[in-house]
Amino acid sequence: MENYLVAMAVFAGLYGLMALGLNVIWGLAGMVNLGLVGFFAIGAYASALLTVRHGWPIIGGCVAAVVLSALAGLVVAVITARLKGDYLAIVTLGFAEVIRLIAANQVSFTGGTSGISNIPAPGRGLLTPLGFNLVFAAIVWVTIAVVALLLGRLSSAPFGRVLRAIREDEMIAAVAGKRVLLFKVQAFAIGAGVLGLAGALYAHFNAYIAPDAFQPLITIYIVLALTAGGTGTMRGAILGSILVVALTEGTRFIGAYTPWLSPVQIASVREAVIGVALILALTFRPQGLLPERASHHRLEVS
Amino acid sequence: MLTELAQTLINGLLSGAQLAIPAIGFTTIYAVLRFPSFAVASHATIGAYAGFVANVWLGWPAGVALFAAFLVAGAFGVVTDELVLRRMRPAGPLTVAIGSAALTIVLENLVRFCFGNDQRGYDLPVLRDWRIGDLRLGPEQVEAAAAAALAMAVLFLFLAFTRTGKMMRAVADNPTLAGLKGIDANKVARLANFVGMGLAGFGGMLIGLDTAIDPLTGFRVVLSVFAAAVVGGLGSIPGAVLGAFVVGVGEEASVLVLDPSYRTAVGFVAILVVLTLRPRGLLGERAY
Repeated sequence: MENYLVAMAVFAGLYGLMALGLNVIWGLAGMVNLGLVGFFAIGAYASALLTVRHGWPIIGGCVAAVVLSALAGLVVAVITARLKGDYLAIVTLGFAEVIRLIAANQVSFTGGTSGISNIPAPGRGLLTPLGFNLVFAAIVWVTIAVVALLLGRLSSAPFGRVLRAIREDEMIAAVAGKRVLLFKVQAFAIGAGVLGLAGALYAHFNAYIAPDAFQPLITIYIVLALTAGGTGTMRGAILGSILVVALTEGTRFIGAYTPWLSPVQIASVREAVIGVALILALTFRPQGLLPERASHHRLEVS
Repeated sequence: MLTELAQTLINGLLSGAQLAIPAIGFTTIYAVLRFPSFAVASHATIGAYAGFVANVWLGWPAGVALFAAFLVAGAFGVVTDELVLRRMRPAGPLTVAIGSAALTIVLENLVRFCFGNDQRGYDLPVLRDWRIGDLRLGPEQVEAAAAAALAMAVLFLFLAFTRTGKMMRAVADNPTLAGLKGIDANKVARLANFVGMGLAGFGGMLIGLDTAIDPLTGFRVVLSVFAAAVVGGLGSIPGAVLGAFVVGVGEEASVLVLDPSYRTAVGFVAILVVLTLRPRGLLGERAY
């Protein structure tokens, strides 16, 4: 049981990291990204392939994961940044599906549907399973703390203020002399890099990756985490991720109370719960549980 | 070689005709409500299953079952919009788009809950392929394309000549002006949802007639549907038709050079090419 809880802490951390990445793109810069699982997949495959096939150290794999997914983010952003959000939503969704197609079909490169196994991780095999999970949970949560700190700095720096200005009104930001396109592309690349880092950590923790792990449902999890927690804030992203893991894992026990349902039916109820939760969050509390506070004092109007 | 190319072209046009129907549905909703509805995926699936129930369980002929697919998916479109998406509209189009993605997950799982994950087939007479010289034509595919052409003709007549059709076009063209003229925006929104999602359902069944259906039927084609709409110009109905043919032929042609599993990537590449060269699509964003 402890083992299970620690593994869930790892997953909450991974989702949290992804939510932090999405927060830069969507929360700060206001660009929708419905293909974030694609960047997560790029990070996972980059680090897994480099460490397993080419003997890179784990840390090197993680760095490469960040760089490659940030580059992918850069390309997607350059193509779409001038377009309206509608197109960005469609393009990012398509991007993630194409990444999954490549992962499933370039067998000699990615291992195809059978995936990649024996991905190394610090302490695996040397420690007890519980010890390993504890070490990994520590790694993930320290990473989150560092990333949240850095992104927090970025968000309160002039860079973050420009992003928020772009989110609120692109035209005004442009009139104020900001190079809107450049800022948007940078934000997208930084966010994608964080998503890639989460992917690399996932690959090393799980020891095995396959295209099936990168379903669009993961994107919905993270969008839900950020929406529920509060778009625009680091605290909200992390709180939301813990809530999402609580929700996905909590519904695991539905089956125990509904013996008349088939396993497929139980699985469908569990997935539907995530969709319903996102609908409720968007409808009743779009600002999230920990909403962004205005960083300035209200002007006294006399 | 020439035969192979001709065969590819024919297959592409036939599958493009099927793709055009949900693409028109998607673009109609975009034209009136101004958000990309990811829920076309689940509504295509719902239409496919409604047609399955009518065709296999109730024993209706497939041609009649297509009406059931249209009506049930359209009804779901109106009800879910009224209950779910309408409340998100004040928060802006992107919120509604994300809400429609969440809605798709819920509806897809509703279908899975009721029908399971197993593949289901329609009850169709087995027909031999027609042969014209060296070319082969699947009668089911030709019938599906004919049904698609018929649906497009009816939609065109509806939009061009009926009062309600003109109301829809007016709102798509200029909502403020339409409001001043006393057109009820909510009524038009409901109508757009009914027609749009109904067409998604109709198209879902058409596409399912070719092979088999399962709860992911809609999701699997949704990328091609988006591609068709974006290539032609988001919000333009003739654009969606043109885009569907481009994507349909492109997908078939890709099989000549690429592994068939990359078919769905063609739509994505088409989106990128068109957005880079002609950001408003081939025919622009005018509604009709």
